[in-house]
Amino acid sequence: MSATLLALRQITFGYRRERAPVLNEVTFALRSGRILAIVGPNGAGKTTLLSVLLGWQQPWSGAIELAGRPLASYTRSERGRWLALTPQSEHTPFDYSVLDYVLMGRAPHLPPLAMPTAADYAIALGALEQVGIAALADQPVPQLSGGERQLMLVARAMAQQPKLLMLDEPTAHLDLHNKARLIQIMHRLRSQGVTLLMTNHEPEVVLAVADDVLLMEAGRPPVFGPLDQVFTEAALSRIYQLPIRLVEVEGRKQVLWT
Amino acid sequence: MTAAALQSVVHRNHRRQQLLWLLAAMTLVVFALSLLLGRYPAPGLLDWSRLGEDDLALRLVLNLRLPRLIAALLLGMTLSAAGMVFQLLFSNPLVEPGFLGVSQGAAFGAAMAIVFLGGAAILTQIAAVGFALAGLGFSYLLARRLRYGGWVLRLLLAGIAVSALFSAGVGLLKYLADPLTQLPEITFWLLGSLASITWGKLLGVAAPVSISLLALWFFRWRLNVLALNEETAFSLGAAPGRERLFLIVAAVLPTALLISISGMVGWVGLIVPNFTRRIFAADTRFGLPATMLIGGIFVMLCDDLARTLLPGEIPLGILTSFFGALAFLGLMMLQPSRPKS
Repeated sequence: MSATLLALRQITFGYRRERAPVLNEVTFALRSGRILAIVGPNGAGKTTLLSVLLGWQQPWSGAIELAGRPLASYTRSERGRWLALTPQSEHTPFDYSVLDYVLMGRAPHLPPLAMPTAADYAIALGALEQVGIAALADQPVPQLSGGERQLMLVARAMAQQPKLLMLDEPTAHLDLHNKARLIQIMHRLRSQGVTLLMTNHEPEVVLAVADDVLLMEAGRPPVFGPLDQVFTEAALSRIYQLPIRLVEVEGRKQVLWT
Repeated sequence: MTAAALQSVVHRNHRRQQLLWLLAAMTLVVFALSLLLGRYPAPGLLDWSRLGEDDLALRLVLNLRLPRLIAALLLGMTLSAAGMVFQLLFSNPLVEPGFLGVSQGAAFGAAMAIVFLGGAAILTQIAAVGFALAGLGFSYLLARRLRYGGWVLRLLLAGIAVSALFSAGVGLLKYLADPLTQLPEITFWLLGSLASITWGKLLGVAAPVSISLLALWFFRWRLNVLALNEETAFSLGAAPGRERLFLIVAAVLPTALLISISGMVGWVGLIVPNFTRRIFAADTRFGLPATMLIGGIFVMLCDDLARTLLPGEIPLGILTSFFGALAFLGLMMLQPSRPKS
């Protein structure tokens, strides 16, 4: 059994002290080389949890350990080499080329004021090739479609070569073809030893890639466990307040709702 | 495929680097020609050999034109670089350092010195720097107390409010000013000019200005990362709060110092960076040095016109606005941006 990469103990966090916390005693341990899906209704605190895991927001209480060390003990660039985040979307008004944008993923590997080298450009190009948009390398970012932009953000996080890759709704803007490709990319990264953590609203994506699931509900401690134990009809019906059924079609599980 | 793609990227960077060297060479040529250009002994270029014989010509070149030209070069480099830094950090192609209360603060300080302190050059300069930095300080403190929007938006809103307050103050001072002596002086200050630059004035600001420019130049690639939204920059190992504040100070400080000796020189910080991005794309690794050089060339040329076109001096700010706008319009019309796919 592989070692624990990320351990959270009783993480509680909110944006305002006078209100109820958004994250309530979140506890789980993620082993390395696994894919964790964070599932829950809108407003359950999924994106907030990613912010806290990144170290961007400090929890009110509780402890986060990355590879057995407190997250706070990592230096900034060290943390940038361990953790990467693909945000849901990102706005830039400037005509960056896709390659120059992805190249920024190399920042934590460079000394603060150094220029990227040819090796860094090669890694960025490789990441674009892996997500299948190498042909767009010279395109200006503002002209990309929503899906291409999302793949580009995934490529930037891959150029970071992190040990733990966090993706915030990575399939939200993708068509079926690109969704299938992203699932394939996630499987490949896992086989290379990268641990993945994603928030997702699409049950079929969760069913296709996740090893573990964290079910989040506003106002309740979340539930963590292997996919088949946590991602159940009863649990899904409860958090989404809809009658939900899991059915098997041609060997693949699917979600049905009415 | 990767090898070929990498080859083409390396080639592209090489080309941009060459273009930078070309701009640097052009800067030197413009500098040298501007030194010889003037209205003594006749309008046109001074004969190089004359410098050995004509003592007046030599002194004119060394004591009047040279400090003025260096000031024009530094002013152009600083306003453009600071403009690009601000546009990147605020994710807005339409801002410049003046937006944080700096320009209007400097104008208010200068107008105050002219109306109440007799308008001695050194007092005007000190008041302009003081109020420019006070404008930045007020904007910063105010932004911390605003309860609306993200940090970047708050800073911008606070800057606009502070600018408006100072601008009201300038209006009041103009109204109070003696229309025969003080008002023209304020008006000329607001139009900007390098006519009164001396070695003394230049050397007073040259060191901090050069150091700031150098600091910005060292951050030329890093600036790309700091331009991303804060959480993303953080995830890439940056300290966005601290590093951005450093860059803002490194952009505003030399701007305030130079405005204090030149008066307001408009639109350079807004137009030159946008012009540069059209040629060099957004990557500031090449764009920032390029905008410094283009800005330097541009202000040197405008100042050449300011001092030679007419027997009298034309305010520099008028020329930078006019030719800046023309060049920018021309570029936008000649090179339409690629259609949206």
